[in-house]
Amino acid sequence: MTFSTDFKFHRALFVFHGLLPLMLILVDAWRGNLGANPVEFVTRATGVLSLVFLIITLLVTPLRKAFGWNWLLKQRRLLGLYAFFYGVAHLLTYLAFDRDWQLQTVVGDVLKRPFIAVGMLAFALMIPLAVTSTNAMIKKLGGKRWAQLHRLTYVVAIGGVVHYYMIEKSDIRYPVVFGMVVVLLLGYRLANRPKPLVRTAK
Amino acid sequence: MSDSSPKIPSSEITPEATFLNRRFFMKSSIWAGTSLATAGIYRAFSPRPEVVNTGTEIATVAETAGEAAELPVLNEKLTAFDDIAGYNNFYEFSTSKSAVAAKAKNFITNPWSLQIDGLVNQPRTFDLDELLKIESVERTYRFRCVEGWSMVIPWVGFPLSKLLSMADPKSQATHVAFETYYDIKQMPDSGYAGIDLPYVEGLRLDEAMHPLTLMATGLYGKTLPNQNGAPIRLVVPWKYGFKSIKSVVKITLTDKEPPITWNLANPNEYGFYSNVNPEVSHPRWSQARERRIGEGGTRETLMFNGYADQVAHLYAGMDLRVNY
Repeated sequence: MTFSTDFKFHRALFVFHGLLPLMLILVDAWRGNLGANPVEFVTRATGVLSLVFLIITLLVTPLRKAFGWNWLLKQRRLLGLYAFFYGVAHLLTYLAFDRDWQLQTVVGDVLKRPFIAVGMLAFALMIPLAVTSTNAMIKKLGGKRWAQLHRLTYVVAIGGVVHYYMIEKSDIRYPVVFGMVVVLLLGYRLANRPKPLVRTAK
Repeated sequence: MSDSSPKIPSSEITPEATFLNRRFFMKSSIWAGTSLATAGIYRAFSPRPEVVNTGTEIATVAETAGEAAELPVLNEKLTAFDDIAGYNNFYEFSTSKSAVAAKAKNFITNPWSLQIDGLVNQPRTFDLDELLKIESVERTYRFRCVEGWSMVIPWVGFPLSKLLSMADPKSQATHVAFETYYDIKQMPDSGYAGIDLPYVEGLRLDEAMHPLTLMATGLYGKTLPNQNGAPIRLVVPWKYGFKSIKSVVKITLTDKEPPITWNLANPNEYGFYSNVNPEVSHPRWSQARERRIGEGGTRETLMFNGYADQVAHLYAGMDLRVNY
């Protein structure tokens, strides 16, 4: 068994690394190391982590094609689910600590704060993707339709970056870097999109 | 792996035990390497807060009856020193609130000179000793940041009116302009601030002369930590925090509204007055509630940050939605 076929090893590695940031946040929280405004810290950290996992998910295709790392494909849905997982954590932090569970105030917040509306939309678009992440759902939808649906990831990534950009007051380095990475990853797909069917029928 | 080519002599084929050992070693290395990398990246983006050294003590006097009458009763828990000194907006040093303390650690605040000029009869320059000699009082104020967090801070300082009187403003002066110290050598990250520097601020003269308007030289009874605006800063408790300009080097009396940095950067979001007002939203977020540092949950933001009885008359007849 070579590295590239050791599915169990990859899965264990990816599962662990997806949870490691959460564990580090919990350790920091336990030790009172989250700074003066722990809510802001956790909100930011989970939001950024969601975006990071989205970007890693979008990296799978270029890495596979550039280096022939086809084994990565089997981990892609897990990576996408981690993006969703940290998105859920981000939303829960907001609902629990920013809204104090006063869910009726969320509507007003969405209307008053455009960056929240954008974030909510990006999150909502992740829900169908998470729901259809099982093998059974791929079968049910059919591979082609499933793949089409999951291109929503592109919209989610753009929405995530815009959401991040809108909250920054003046130092926009991080959202701009994330934005450039997303542009590169989506640009790659645009440049390498499948050509008309003529050549594929070999 | 099954591609044992016949060209390789059997002596060079790795024995099974060694092969398994090597796989174990490789896997362990991958585990260790990637875990260190992930943890390292996490730590790089979320550094532990800097431990802050406290300054030297400042002697204070009791408020006189007249001054004390202006002070609203404040029965609120003080924010912890470590939070006041470890969570700062001071864009010259860093735009990361938790990084400012570390970056400002070696900021030179002595010698210092504070110049007062413009429409005054006695323009003058104070050095640090002269400033610290001015009789100081202790004033505990709420501090509300435009970002939606707040603190309760026991400042040490003297009313700005005291300082301005020493320069004797001319009768045509209507406004006061302030400027923060700026030195790219001491503030190498200032290029990322996204705002024009040096930082400038301003008040109307009646706001500046109001007894609540303080020039702070310390907090918690000691000199200001660098990240809090050492050696001397403005504190205007009924306005958003950014109005309380830090590390002041210049005060100029003028006859027109002076420019202010955040208004220059983004006029739709930050007005000249920037009074704390729960009824006027920031264009991107509500200002109705705030997060008190050190508390769970949020609390209601008070009109003029709770100082309405003292300052509302300054804005009588003004539309605070226009003059935000």
